[in-house]
Amino acid sequence: MAGKTLYDKLWHMHLVQERDDGTALIYIDRHLLHEVTSPQAFEGLRLAKRQPWRLSANLATPDHNVPTTSLERESGIEGIQDPVSRIQVRTLDENCDEFGITEFKMQDQRQGIVHVVGPEQGATLPGMTVVCGDSHTATHGAFAALAHGIGTSEVEHVLATQCLIQRKMKNLLIRVEGELGQGITGKDVVLHIIGVIGTAGGNGCAMEFGGSAIRSLSMEARMTMCNMAIEAGARVGLVGFDEKTAEYVKGRPFAPTAEQWEQALAAWQDLVSDDDAVFDQIVEIRAEDIQPQVTWGTSPEMVTTINGHVPTLDEAADDVQRMGFERAYQYMGLTPGQKITDIQLDRVFIGSCTNSRIEDLRAAADVAKGRKVASTIKQALVVPGSGLVKAQAEQEGLDRIFVEAGFEWREPGCSMCLAMNADKLGNGEHCASTSNRNFEGRQGYGGRTHLVSPAMAAAAAIAGHFVDVRAL
Amino acid sequence: MKAFTVVTGIVAPMDRANIDTDMIIPKQFLKSIKRSGFGPNLFDELRYLDEGQPDADNSGRPLNPDFVLNQPRYQGAAVLLARENFGCGSSREHAPWALEDFGFRAIIAPSYADIFYNNSFKNGLLPIVLADELVDQLFQEVAASEGYQLTIDLPEQVIRKPSGECIPFEVDAFRKHCLLNGLDDIGLTLQDADAIRAYEVTRRQQAPWLFNE
Ligand code: SF4
Repeated sequence: MAGKTLYDKLWHMHLVQERDDGTALIYIDRHLLHEVTSPQAFEGLRLAKRQPWRLSANLATPDHNVPTTSLERESGIEGIQDPVSRIQVRTLDENCDEFGITEFKMQDQRQGIVHVVGPEQGATLPGMTVVCGDSHTATHGAFAALAHGIGTSEVEHVLATQCLIQRKMKNLLIRVEGELGQGITGKDVVLHIIGVIGTAGGNGCAMEFGGSAIRSLSMEARMTMCNMAIEAGARVGLVGFDEKTAEYVKGRPFAPTAEQWEQALAAWQDLVSDDDAVFDQIVEIRAEDIQPQVTWGTSPEMVTTINGHVPTLDEAADDVQRMGFERAYQYMGLTPGQKITDIQLDRVFIGSCTNSRIEDLRAAADVAKGRKVASTIKQALVVPGSGLVKAQAEQEGLDRIFVEAGFEWREPGCSMCLAMNADKLGNGEHCASTSNRNFEGRQGYGGRTHLVSPAMAAAAAIAGHFVDVRAL
Repeated sequence: MKAFTVVTGIVAPMDRANIDTDMIIPKQFLKSIKRSGFGPNLFDELRYLDEGQPDADNSGRPLNPDFVLNQPRYQGAAVLLARENFGCGSSREHAPWALEDFGFRAIIAPSYADIFYNNSFKNGLLPIVLADELVDQLFQEVAASEGYQLTIDLPEQVIRKPSGECIPFEVDAFRKHCLLNGLDDIGLTLQDADAIRAYEVTRRQQAPWLFNE
């Protein structure tokens, strides 16, 4: 019999019931909640007079709406200027209090972006099923956990039943073999992959990242990659378990200890795809081919290298893509053939669940050290992913490096990744951003986003335009 | 959830691939803690010439005359026709809520993003997958005749054209059953509460660390 993929194993481990119509009831070990996609789910529970099935499986924190200036943060929820945001954050607190769900509230040092907080707390463990009403839940797959985003009806379903009705996905393996060049990060690898397979390339699939280049990456970099699996259309991103996974998890607040740790560690060894596992599709990528990436358009697949140019219409594959290019030139205010290094930037954003972990901040600080943000840059923000990341960075003196260079050092949250709080782009402004989506209006009405790695974003802040971080 | 059986309505064409959830309902409207009222802000940035604000009155805002849903011939549309990878991006269920609140009951496209597809069924919105050629042909027919309507017959799983021609479509049995009856799947799942408890007992033995309080 052929071997199993990691996804197959995780699926079988969580199978409560298979139904005749091909759907299955899948058990959920960890449910993460935030303020945006949960209020209607709690409301649904109340209306149906239902209680959460298993309280200890849930963990909540506000992230999308929270302000990131210390001034606004100091006065707690009352300090949130935007009344609509204030209601949403308060509603999460009230719901968690009412139902008895553990929440890291806004003033708690453990608060942060839900996808940074889960792994940081050890609330995400290998072999778990992890869901959250947020598409970037794929992030947690870096721990050999089956993790994906769900909608609000499903949030309610998980709260009430601890299960989800699912259909098995296909198995897709992205194998990156070889050695990554100096200065090439997980962000560059995943953007390169999206450029190759497209934003719908992973639709219907669980996307496992494998190969020697992936094994060489840190847990932070693997999280960055799994985080963006959804940008390639895959709800699930996965990386097999190895020593790095164990090392990262060990000693975290929610992680098992003593005898249970040994027991868990033994069980986790099997959380890899078998050598003879059968995938529905395999995409081979050569690590040596990957250059620093920059997106030029309004979809993550509109990506090129730092030495590249905005593609011309002749470079489009078909009519649909040609139409997409034309619309993107106009929205982005770019001309076909324009060099990437010629794009003038207005703002820089270092943060988001893709790139706001300590390793990301270190990489950006390395570039910023002893340099100054260009005078043409209106604002360069650094927003740590959680209160604990912030504290760690301050302990290492990274905050001072940033501030001396002219960056703003903020409180943790989603911030300018989606501009639900006050951090946003102005109409027509170009931004080098370490986030994950460059859709129209994503970072503010009329805003123009270019996705890059943290080091590339820092380098762009210094130069005022994109530069090859390897040449610094 | 609203039941879906047979729906007849005007078709609005959005000739665009990768229509993402930020486009369908921009993030500022996600601040609502309600499930309804998103219709006026559906496709907000494409539909209006200024920037929309949550909880604001939309009636006096300048409309973008070029946007398809603002054109007189598509008023009251119930079926949205689009290109591949519709609904890509975030998991926000506000996207199907907004489409449904606006008056759409069905979408026709060559493909959808997974989460959006899933969310739609839970809100009485039927996402239909048709081959590229069929979608192409529908775009041509809609453009050619004003007031073009389609009938979506879910029990029979066919789309009826004005010419009488029928296009069959696929939909999985469980989802169809829920849509036809307007069923809430939490109630259905809770019928299997014993199976869930039995699973928990076994799982707790195998992996006790997952059940630490
Ligand atoms: S940082 Fe951005 S992508 Fe991540 S959860 Fe927040 S809004 Fe979503």
